[in-house]
Amino acid sequence: MKQTFVFDKAPYVAGAYSIVGPKEGLGPLGKYFSLVLEDDLWGEKTFEKCEIKMHREAIKGALDSAGMNQHDLDAVIGADLLNQIVAASFAARDIDAVFLGMYGACSSFGESLAIAAFLLSGGFMKTVSCSTSSHFSGAERQYRFPLEYGNQRTPTSQWTVTGAGATLLTSVAPEGEGVKVKLTAATLGKVIDLGIDDESNMGAAMAPAAADTLIKHFSELERSPSYYDAIYTGDLGKYGTEILRYLTAREGYNLPTCYSDCGAIIYGYEQKALQGGSGAGCSSSVFNGYLTSRLKNKEIKRLLLCPTGALLSKDTPLQGATIPGVAHAVVFEAED
Amino acid sequence: MEIFLTYLKVFAVGGVLCLLGQILINKTDITPARILVLFLLLGAVLEVTGAFKFIEEFAKAGITVPITGFGGTLARGAMKGAEEEGILGGVLGGLRAVSGGLTAAIFFGFLFALIFKAKTKPN
Amino acid sequence: MIEAKAYQEYVKQSAPKTKMMSTLLKAFLTGGIICCTGQAVADIIKVIIPDMSKENIGAFVSITLVFLSALLTGIGVYDRIGRFGGAGSLIPITGFANAVVAPAMEYNREGVVFGICSKMFVIAGPVIVFGVVAGVIAGIIGLFI
Repeated sequence: MKQTFVFDKAPYVAGAYSIVGPKEGLGPLGKYFSLVLEDDLWGEKTFEKCEIKMHREAIKGALDSAGMNQHDLDAVIGADLLNQIVAASFAARDIDAVFLGMYGACSSFGESLAIAAFLLSGGFMKTVSCSTSSHFSGAERQYRFPLEYGNQRTPTSQWTVTGAGATLLTSVAPEGEGVKVKLTAATLGKVIDLGIDDESNMGAAMAPAAADTLIKHFSELERSPSYYDAIYTGDLGKYGTEILRYLTAREGYNLPTCYSDCGAIIYGYEQKALQGGSGAGCSSSVFNGYLTSRLKNKEIKRLLLCPTGALLSKDTPLQGATIPGVAHAVVFEAED
Repeated sequence: MEIFLTYLKVFAVGGVLCLLGQILINKTDITPARILVLFLLLGAVLEVTGAFKFIEEFAKAGITVPITGFGGTLARGAMKGAEEEGILGGVLGGLRAVSGGLTAAIFFGFLFALIFKAKTKPN
Repeated sequence: MIEAKAYQEYVKQSAPKTKMMSTLLKAFLTGGIICCTGQAVADIIKVIIPDMSKENIGAFVSITLVFLSALLTGIGVYDRIGRFGGAGSLIPITGFANAVVAPAMEYNREGVVFGICSKMFVIAGPVIVFGVVAGVIAGIIGLFI
């Protein structure tokens, strides 16, 4: 079985937009995001409605940044963490394009980009938007405890990112001068379960899936990790990156120092996010804010992005089930 | 001086109970709701075995303010009810004894949920 | 890829651990302070109403602490206390009140009946159920002694 696909007609990144909450805006990457909200309701009555608005505005922002409008769009591919992915689907009801809902937990952004690349490279579509979002307050009430409940967080836990990011991919090169960024290859991931059952240690639950996908990527393309200027996983967190280094090194792939994790860099140490950020909006806001700008100014020429997801519902841990993970990797290359 | 000693005992016993709970949180993956239930049952058992009133004489609020006091009061109310009014008293006595705290929790919970909205955490 | 058993062992060994001493100390302090507050409420009411029965003083203390905890939960302070104190603010009756008020507030956006009222007991429900069951058992025991 082959998991890695190189695109003959690699699609282009024509637009990118990211929206984050106030806490993310105060973090080290704050200045890179397209829009930082002043509060996490953004004038809406509920956190869920705020996430829907963030998701929708991220898609519109990506279209704007490419100088297009929604009638140029062939498809919206979106995902989020709310039950029945209502953030993505409700956002898409205001957009005049077909909608494909994805779910791979926090790996959804990678999954969406890969599916879009297949559609574009196969010649079926011309313009596709890929977006994911998550919201701290919405995720807390759905997966954990009420916001005002006085619980303690364990040291391995992470902080769900309030953020949304959208990438606009096109089959033809965007007009104008400057660096063009292409999505050249994708490695799809299998669901991997090594028996971690601690819901507050998602890094450990997801790291084996990330290791599996990355090792498949390197071996199937016969590339060494040093082929890339930057390798980013989605939301393994600080401890999760340690595990990933350990797991890949065991198989003979030493990750270079340019390896990092979106979740591990989005918050500063003093922000008390413990292992760092998580959530479907983590990799998409960091990619569409921070990483695209570094690709555009050629600080990064070859980027391997591998969003990671932990697969569980609120009930499965209660029933004693372990937490499997999944990860999908995509390659971005910048050229003049 | 005596009042100082009383508060010292309250502080020590209440603190130690909470410290035991914290050991459970740190060392096991028991959820908060289970810890509350565990301490509630501990209070009820202490009452039924007759140990509760000795601890209470010594530690006062140190044992009654933690949820052990809730369990102890429930058990005492039920036993007292059974002693005075038979089987019906046994059924009625437990909740009657703790009805103050329970009613307050539900009433203020309802009231404040109407007034306040949950806000996000800065960290 | 690594064996599942070996991996679980690796994670168990390498995962960051809770700081034992500082969390225990914080729980001890927080719990001690809350219990002393309860004792102070009891001592004050004894001065104001000298002939109040012991049972009623206990009820008064519970109601006062529950009110304070509910108010602190409402204005968004109790979750911060809980984050600091851990079991120290969980185990006192104030923690029980917090467990009732926090979900009720959280779900007021889903309406009064299905939001506030039905979600009020998602955390504290087991405490009430176990309390009632334990009470009935104690009552039955009480019949025989």
